[in-house]
Amino acid sequence: MSDVPAHAVSFVRQEAIPPAPPPSSASGPMSWLKDNLFSSIGNGILTVLSLYAVYWILAASLPWIMNGVWNAGSLAECREILAGTSGACWAVLSERWNQLLFGFVYPEEFYWRPSLAFLLLLVCAAPVLFPALPRKLLVLTAIYPFLAYFLVWGGSIWTPVLVAVGFIVGYVAYSRLVTQSFAYGFVGGSVAAIIFWSLQGLIQAPLDAVAPVALEAVPSRDMGGFMLNMILGTVCISLSLPIGIALALGRQSSMPIIKWICVIFIEFVRGVPLITLLFVANVVLAYFLPPGTTFDLILRVIIMITMFAAAYIAEVIRGGLAALPRGQYEAADSLGLDYAQSMRLIILPQALKISIPGIVNVAVGLFKDTTLVSVISMFDLVGMIRGPILASTDWNGVYWELFGFAALLFFVVCYGISQYSQWLERQLATDRR
Amino acid sequence: MSTMTDPPQEQFKLSMLLNDTRYRSYTFQALALVLVIIAVSYLASNLVRNLEAAGLNISFAFLGEPAGYDINQRPISYNNQDSHLRAATVGIMNTLIVAFLGCVTATILGVVAGVLRLSNNWIVARLMSVYVEAFRNVPVLIWILIIFFIMTAALPPPNAFRGTEPEQSMLLNAMAFTNRGVYAPGPVMGPGGGIVLAVFIASIIGVFAYRRYATKLLYDTGRDLPRGWPSLMILFAPVTVLWIGFALTAGAQQNAVLVPEGGGDQSLEAFVMAEGGAAICMIDGSTSSVVTKTELLKLQAAAVSGPVEDRTALRIRTNRVTDAEAGIAAFEAGECNVLALPSASAADVSGADALSTTVREGRPFEFDRPYLSGFNFSDGIQIRGSLIALWFALAIYTGAFIAENVRAGIQAIPRGQTEAAASLGIRPGRIMSLVILPQALRIIIPPVISQYLNLTKNSSLAIAVGYMDVTGTLGGITLNQTGRAIEAILLLMLFYLIISLSISAVMNAFNNAVKLKER
Repeated sequence: MSDVPAHAVSFVRQEAIPPAPPPSSASGPMSWLKDNLFSSIGNGILTVLSLYAVYWILAASLPWIMNGVWNAGSLAECREILAGTSGACWAVLSERWNQLLFGFVYPEEFYWRPSLAFLLLLVCAAPVLFPALPRKLLVLTAIYPFLAYFLVWGGSIWTPVLVAVGFIVGYVAYSRLVTQSFAYGFVGGSVAAIIFWSLQGLIQAPLDAVAPVALEAVPSRDMGGFMLNMILGTVCISLSLPIGIALALGRQSSMPIIKWICVIFIEFVRGVPLITLLFVANVVLAYFLPPGTTFDLILRVIIMITMFAAAYIAEVIRGGLAALPRGQYEAADSLGLDYAQSMRLIILPQALKISIPGIVNVAVGLFKDTTLVSVISMFDLVGMIRGPILASTDWNGVYWELFGFAALLFFVVCYGISQYSQWLERQLATDRR
Repeated sequence: MSTMTDPPQEQFKLSMLLNDTRYRSYTFQALALVLVIIAVSYLASNLVRNLEAAGLNISFAFLGEPAGYDINQRPISYNNQDSHLRAATVGIMNTLIVAFLGCVTATILGVVAGVLRLSNNWIVARLMSVYVEAFRNVPVLIWILIIFFIMTAALPPPNAFRGTEPEQSMLLNAMAFTNRGVYAPGPVMGPGGGIVLAVFIASIIGVFAYRRYATKLLYDTGRDLPRGWPSLMILFAPVTVLWIGFALTAGAQQNAVLVPEGGGDQSLEAFVMAEGGAAICMIDGSTSSVVTKTELLKLQAAAVSGPVEDRTALRIRTNRVTDAEAGIAAFEAGECNVLALPSASAADVSGADALSTTVREGRPFEFDRPYLSGFNFSDGIQIRGSLIALWFALAIYTGAFIAENVRAGIQAIPRGQTEAAASLGIRPGRIMSLVILPQALRIIIPPVISQYLNLTKNSSLAIAVGYMDVTGTLGGITLNQTGRAIEAILLLMLFYLIISLSISAVMNAFNNAVKLKER
């Protein structure tokens, strides 16, 4: 510190000098290039190689994509129009669009029904997906399965309505009995619902006679195309969640018999490939059903895929349960909560939150695995491409366009789901703020 | 003072089975057990009734019956008169082959992509993200089919390699990419080949042992042995010395080339030119045969590109036999006109003359190259399009997942570890190998092993491209031919279960071995 006062010297700058711009070598695009692309010789070589790879891919594919033909009746026509130049034959997509999406036997005049069901899926799933939306909208979600069933399969409206009423009956019974204990409530609710459903036939006949509201029924074997992938994906994922939770709790249970039943089931299902389970659905499951029962192939497949997904989800949730600190379990016990209460109120909400990324991974994997049904000759998107479309004389040989389209469709859905899950994870990260 | 008294012994009442937590678990378990037993017996009774109605029974006798179908990729000898059991064994080996190839390739791809994704090179990191996202979000079945169609529909047919001005030419004159598969040179073991191979394996073990010893020495005494060049030396020096030794001695031995009587005492070239071609009896595993074939192919190639017009039509054929006796028999029967055996002279083979050209015995390893003969390629190794599709698709798909595991593992190590190591004065390469990797590997390896398991299970998609793995044989053709659905699928599941359970056993053992030893 100088002891000369400021006013005593002849000149002292009173204001700060404005900061000088950084030297041009440390800012601007050149510096960015130097830091990120050419920081060393090895990096420079890598950059040049990657740029060349990108150029090579784009040079090979862009003209082919842009030069594509959208209007033609067959591959031969496409080639005529292209006249020897390189170009894609997108006409196969425009001509077979409906087949790719809905399969080749779903009645054409009813395409609006699955389309509407798909749009409603976006609307009705929103309350579950986005916690910020008002909770009352969850009613829509609850209604959706019945509505979607009615739209896609058709038939009398009273079938889904009465099934829904059965659930309501069960819930009413449950809420009456749950005050005593969860087990009473659960058993009572299930029994009430089952009794109602067994009487459903009696109620439905007069209702159908009085108010015959119905859409024309479409049998399940007519489902196909990407619609089949969507149906299998959504149905199996939503069914496997509760089963998976139950299996995970069973596996963590202190009761040895229940634990071992769950362990054997989970390890067995996880140890075999999905294809073998689909084979079971295709050729073996019929042997285990009462003689004379005919079971839709699609229903059998749903059962097997649900089992498969449930085992994987159970493992993910078990991971979540194990990741919770012991103190949470002990705190729940010390509050005097019984098993069902502590699970419902303390443990599962936290464990499920931890498990979200894993569950989404399983869901994405499962959605991708729905393409495997093409191996047991069901006509999902891949089955449609491999079967009716590539085998037709018109479009024999348009592999790139068709598989590119299928890959893109799956990519959009799966990438969307995984991005959503990352967003949700950030939303739910309440403990790290 | 108070006296402790036991609480009054409670009388066991039936209602306690439901209301007392001590007994309730027994109730639940008994209930669950009863339900499971009822369900199982219900299913079993349905099964019995259905089988009766269909006139079937459960029996594994079909495994002993002749399979009656061919398998295009046979790691062990198999023909269609062999049993279903042998067909299933071939299928199992094919599954293991594609799983092994896939796991190795996926690991390489995954580690490279995972490390590059963390690279500070902007464009490389972006490209790797694109790779990972593109492959993780598209079903593996679609990738398998895409690669399969590249292999079968986009590659040229073998006859594109034909003619003086072929549309396609073989890569390095040794590999051909055709729509019937990729043809590559096959290794043939010559004199000392087994010893060289054994020494090489021993060297690999030696490298690990040396590095282990070096680490132990570093930890125990602080003495730091060099690792790089001694490892390379241990790996390559003994093999190179042996190779040169065998190639110069046993491998350089000159062998007579035998031709039918009357053709002797001229050079191989003159003989082949005079005959307009040659049919050589190839003895599998004999390097002198391979060397002779290489000489013949060279003559053919020279003839094709050479100035002399009449040389273009040299026809080279091979007739593969299993051993020298069969070769001599085939030669005596007139099935071929050139025979090159180790240490055989014209005196041993009736009706044979020796050419003035001799061929050397061969190096410890010779490569038997494929060549175009007739409508297809012969000899060498044929890698079918279905195997390549399955192998590459599974490897690239699983590699994307492994890349994510590798990235997560490396990122999970706190920066502080790197900084702490650097502040101790450790060099960057050593920081990676001594500080970061040992910690990251503990995180990386368990998920990677479960990716291997997934790859093995996904290899069952072979059935979509006609690769004959165990799903294609036992779960495919055998099932359809015999109608033994339950038995076949049961065995199939058992196979995959055994694989899964043994891999998880290995994984558990590994986890226990590397677990942080905490108190």
